[in-house]
Amino acid sequence: MTHVADVIEAEKSRDIRTRWLLSLPALLIILAAASGPLLIVVAYSFLTPGPYGDVVWVPSIEGWINVALQQDIFDGSLSMADAHVSIFIRSVVLSLATTLLTLAIGFPTAYFIATRRETTRELWLLLITIPFWTNLLIRTFAILEIIRNEGLINGLLMRFGLISKPIQMLFTDGAILTGMVYVYLPLMVLPLYASMEKIDFRLVEAGYDLYATPFKVLRRIIIPLVKPGIIAGSILVFIPALGAYVTPSILGGGKNLMLGNLIELQFGQGRNWPLGSALSITLMMIVMIALLFYVRNAGGQENRHG
Amino acid sequence: MAGLNAIEIRSVSKVFGFGEYAFSAVDDASVSIRQNEFFTLLGPSGCGKTTLLRLIAGFEYPTSGEIMLNGDNIAAMPPFKRPINTVFQSYALFPHMTVAENIGFGLTMLGRPKQEIRDRVAAMLKLVRMEALANRRTSQISGGQQQRVALARALAPQPKVLLLDEPLSALDYKLRKDMQIELKRLQAETGITFIFVTHDQEEALTMSDRIAVMSAGKILQVGNPREIYDAPTDRFVADFIGETNFLKGRIHAVNSGIAEVETAAAGRISATMPSNFSDDGEVTLVLRPEHAALCGPADHARCQMTGTLETIVYFGTDTHYHVRLADNETLFTLREQNKPLQAARYAEGDRVGIAIEPNAARVLRS
Repeated sequence: MTHVADVIEAEKSRDIRTRWLLSLPALLIILAAASGPLLIVVAYSFLTPGPYGDVVWVPSIEGWINVALQQDIFDGSLSMADAHVSIFIRSVVLSLATTLLTLAIGFPTAYFIATRRETTRELWLLLITIPFWTNLLIRTFAILEIIRNEGLINGLLMRFGLISKPIQMLFTDGAILTGMVYVYLPLMVLPLYASMEKIDFRLVEAGYDLYATPFKVLRRIIIPLVKPGIIAGSILVFIPALGAYVTPSILGGGKNLMLGNLIELQFGQGRNWPLGSALSITLMMIVMIALLFYVRNAGGQENRHG
Repeated sequence: MAGLNAIEIRSVSKVFGFGEYAFSAVDDASVSIRQNEFFTLLGPSGCGKTTLLRLIAGFEYPTSGEIMLNGDNIAAMPPFKRPINTVFQSYALFPHMTVAENIGFGLTMLGRPKQEIRDRVAAMLKLVRMEALANRRTSQISGGQQQRVALARALAPQPKVLLLDEPLSALDYKLRKDMQIELKRLQAETGITFIFVTHDQEEALTMSDRIAVMSAGKILQVGNPREIYDAPTDRFVADFIGETNFLKGRIHAVNSGIAEVETAAAGRISATMPSNFSDDGEVTLVLRPEHAALCGPADHARCQMTGTLETIVYFGTDTHYHVRLADNETLFTLREQNKPLQAARYAEGDRVGIAIEPNAARVLRS
């Protein structure tokens, strides 16, 4: 007598085995290409820096100590690494400002596109994505050309006699912020548009009908419905902004560093690979904590309604 | 207040587009809607009835004309200031709110005290029999339930006028019948003026106090269901409401409101003339199928028309007969109620006569 349950059980486990085998190549690639390098970075952060870069295979936690603290070269006493801390703070502040500004500019832009006729929406979206067709470096240099002391803005202002000497715009935090907002704006507009496009705009009319002013319709109806897009857009902008390298190094002029530049410095001129590795992992942890906090916070608000 | 009309539309037009693309959705419409009335805007899709409703709600502003609410012109007032609420065709319930939050939304926006909102929402839930589902998401309830929530949401702020934009069109037949009764009950209980938009003539006839029939942006006739059905003043109205026979003819003589019409298809027929009808020769005669009956060749005195019986269609409650008239062209439809266990009296192909009930035929401009 055959036990049907046993046969089904055997069939099931064979099925699971087949699935594992089929997904094995993909898993191997993920392991080799993502987890592997990450593990190397983690391992390097616990080693001693070599004299000409690279690492010496002697375990050390000096790299991690140097993330936040610095050792006095004369008496060996430890103090806060003010430079590192200020770079961390600047990175977080600039990234938050970038996220908020792209949201402030991107929201009306996405709303505008989502309320166009279906045929014209595609054209607007195409215009939004056009900057992606040009290399980031070239776009950044274009901004530099506009805001430098002999650039377009200062040139025009001086030509019309509004100012007598150029305004220093390049190599400031403002320049970095401008550059990052420009670069990351499409990453905010696209997810916002994707959520807005799904809104039934009759809900907006229903809001007006039920005595909600335009501002209240925005706050009580549109924003709650676009929230998934706001979350996705903020994540897409904040994370790369935090690790931005090209924009701050060109527009900040090496004076106003961000985390990306600090990390690069350790692998280049600094010749301190363990410190660079430790900084990279710190950056990753900041991102993960921010993400966790953000998603949980947003999710919690979602639950309050249900 | 009591003497004033709830809504008065005064020569309102709405033009969409510009230049050669301009299109009049509502064309010089005027109508008065009384207090506590169940008023229906009836017409085929694209006739302008929904645009007229949106003008009253404030989602569109008229190109010209006035919209009076209890004597005040509200034509330029934004929708969130008008004491008028709408039940949308698609319900447009807020998906991020519960049933109770949806119903309370209008009152919250009006800044009413929390306790009042809670009481009013509870009363509304009871009115539409949805108490058990107050904390459900709107996506978790059925179409009929969504419909009732949409009604409760629109009624909660106690509007002066409630607008209903084909609210029953998405429901299945049985549910639609129930909701028709429910709507009448709600209107009687709340005493609010209802303006109801539909393309379903049966719905309009059974529910309304008065009906305005619209076509191509114009209001063709306003009247109670009986007037609209029995005494259409326009060919379109006669054709759109119920089934009608049209016979072309020429007025032969008029005697105290009764015209003798000479028709090509069926000879001379007497028909009622609407008052203020100007005699201009060519006219159309309209006749409802149920106001005519077949009569045998033996009954010649009663018969006013003759023809050949082409088809017989049995409908259960009644039987429809299609008779080809003497001109061999016009097909005349008539309807007779069935009696129990009645044997078929006629066969297809028979020569038959048609008797018309007194006052049944009416004269319209051709």
